[in-house]
Amino acid sequence: MALQAIAFYLLAAVTIGAGLLVVTARNPVHSVLFLICAFFSAAGLFVMLGAEFLAMLLVVVYVGAVAVLFLFVVMMLDVDFSALRAGFVRYLPIGGLVALILVVEIVAVSASVASHGAAAGAAVLTPSHDITNAEAIGRVLYTDYVYFFQAAGLVLLVAMIGAIVLTLRHRAGVRRQNIAAQVARTPATGMRIVQIKSGEGLSE
Amino acid sequence: MDFYGALQVALPEAFLAVSALALLVLGAVTAARGAILVSVLAGVALLVAAVLAAVGPLGTAFSGGLVADNASAFAKVAIYAMSAVAVLLGAGWLERLKARQFEYPVLILLAAIGMGIMASSGDLISLYIGVELQSLALYVLAAFRRDDAKASEAGLKYFVLGALSSGLLLYGASLIYGFAGSVKFVDIAATVHAGAGTGVLFGLVFLICGLAFKVSAAPFHMWTPDVYEGAPTPVVAFFGAAPKLAAMVLFARALADAFSGAADQWRQVVIIIALASMLLGAFAGLVQKNLKRLWAYSSIANVGYALVGLSAGTREGYQSMLVFMVLYMIDVTGFFACLAALNRNGKPMETIDDMAGLMRERPGMALAMTAFAVSAIGFPPFSGFWAKFFVFKAILAAGYVQHALPVGLAVSVAVVGLVSSVVAAFYYLRLIKVMWFDPAPGAVDAAPADAKGIAYAAALFSFPVVMVGLPLLYPLAGVAAAAFGLG
Repeated sequence: MALQAIAFYLLAAVTIGAGLLVVTARNPVHSVLFLICAFFSAAGLFVMLGAEFLAMLLVVVYVGAVAVLFLFVVMMLDVDFSALRAGFVRYLPIGGLVALILVVEIVAVSASVASHGAAAGAAVLTPSHDITNAEAIGRVLYTDYVYFFQAAGLVLLVAMIGAIVLTLRHRAGVRRQNIAAQVARTPATGMRIVQIKSGEGLSE
Repeated sequence: MDFYGALQVALPEAFLAVSALALLVLGAVTAARGAILVSVLAGVALLVAAVLAAVGPLGTAFSGGLVADNASAFAKVAIYAMSAVAVLLGAGWLERLKARQFEYPVLILLAAIGMGIMASSGDLISLYIGVELQSLALYVLAAFRRDDAKASEAGLKYFVLGALSSGLLLYGASLIYGFAGSVKFVDIAATVHAGAGTGVLFGLVFLICGLAFKVSAAPFHMWTPDVYEGAPTPVVAFFGAAPKLAAMVLFARALADAFSGAADQWRQVVIIIALASMLLGAFAGLVQKNLKRLWAYSSIANVGYALVGLSAGTREGYQSMLVFMVLYMIDVTGFFACLAALNRNGKPMETIDDMAGLMRERPGMALAMTAFAVSAIGFPPFSGFWAKFFVFKAILAAGYVQHALPVGLAVSVAVVGLVSSVVAAFYYLRLIKVMWFDPAPGAVDAAPADAKGIAYAAALFSFPVVMVGLPLLYPLAGVAAAAFGLG
């Protein structure tokens, strides 16, 4: 039990600390790296809750795809982050207000859930110890929900086709390597012998 | 139900999905040369899917996510047939532009799958996935001419506002799930019958807002005029028709299957949306110069009339809504086929003034457009008259005969509908006047055969074929409306 408590406090402290560093770090690349760190420790928290599938998703999707995408954007695009941060003090009051509203809402929802308000109608699921939760999700995802799974796949396919249709351009005048043409070259087609009169150049 | 049985119920969508994938591969292999072949095959696939939907087994599959009943069969036949028309119109258009892109018919196929999922959705997840699949394909189609600044603007605007409406829809769905404890329409209906709490009703209002966005009903219509104006005309012919029917059927399904116990509550919201749409469509259309914008406002008004049928909340009301949408779809496709066909010196004719002297230049096209305008006014015996007639009859019957809503309310909704259609008559009549009596500024180019054929077929349907078709269509819509779980 003590080990679990130590692990929890360690992971929680790292998550909050990394989260703070994400918004305070001067270098945007460091921010993204701290974000990855925060994701990893949040995944650790999920494992401690027994939700190892969520932990895997967090690592695979957020660390593997989203954070790396951020890193690419930060490094490839020339975004002036000091300019973005310039209005920090000016927007502090309104930002603080939004944060306050969010905190009040979180407290209200938590209180409502604690008193069995909103979710009273739903049956409480009891965790099964026989199967892992990845397996439990897989069992319904590919049976009961296979229709939604496939339809969601089609949505992603449309997104992919759309990205290609709207961005792929076949430019005229691009010289691509044509190996067959290169191999088929003979001295007769590749070379021209010209007699140049002395004192004159050759203009092409 | 075992997986094989479920697959049979989902056969039209499964067939379309497999065809879309196969055509995508075929298109990628043959590139520009195979674009026509891909279009033809896509049209054939849509027609086959329409037949499969008509004759396929009925039932519920995939743990309630997919419901194949008479209503979904009716809607799917209409949706797939109209999508096939859009493939034909688009193929001719791309061919004339020398932009042979095989993605166009494939995207229409994928949008049609989304519409099929919408028409037969049995829970909130398939509702959302269907809407998203359909709209995502439409966003891309709207921006298909990516070098055209207006089309890109239309696509972006459609995308941003569509994402906003999806947010509203999801927010409503999450509230309903939270308070009803299930995503399935059957379970939600049981909860609502036991007593609809504030939370569920709150979710319902958000759901209605999201769906109103998709059918472009006021006050969620802002995207419509800009998108109609900017998007290519054949694309507008597509998304002015089939997606509207799919969204209306989804609307009807969500309200009747899941929330029939809260009919008094949602009726207020739907009536407000319907009144706002009819009035806004009529009055805002008066100042429009561009015909595509004008028909966008006309579509807002027409969705208002369809929503009147929905707000009756009776079987007859749903029946009239289905008949209205089918007749409207044919008219609007024909009208945009006319616009796609008409060019003056190579420039598309898009404003009312461009149509001057069309009667002398191209009498056939002018007669077809006159038929659509007269039908849109609601002049008997054109199809638009019958569409409105059944809707108003249904709302009045709901007040006087079934006592589903107060008589005063039913009468005032019908009166507002009539007044707004009289106001809207002004702009349709102006179009007719310009076409028939104003002098022509120059020669009109010859119309391409495919667009002309679609326009003439739709105009002939509007009158006189409707007189033969309606006695068949009306009972079919009645059978379809009976499938909705109205109380």
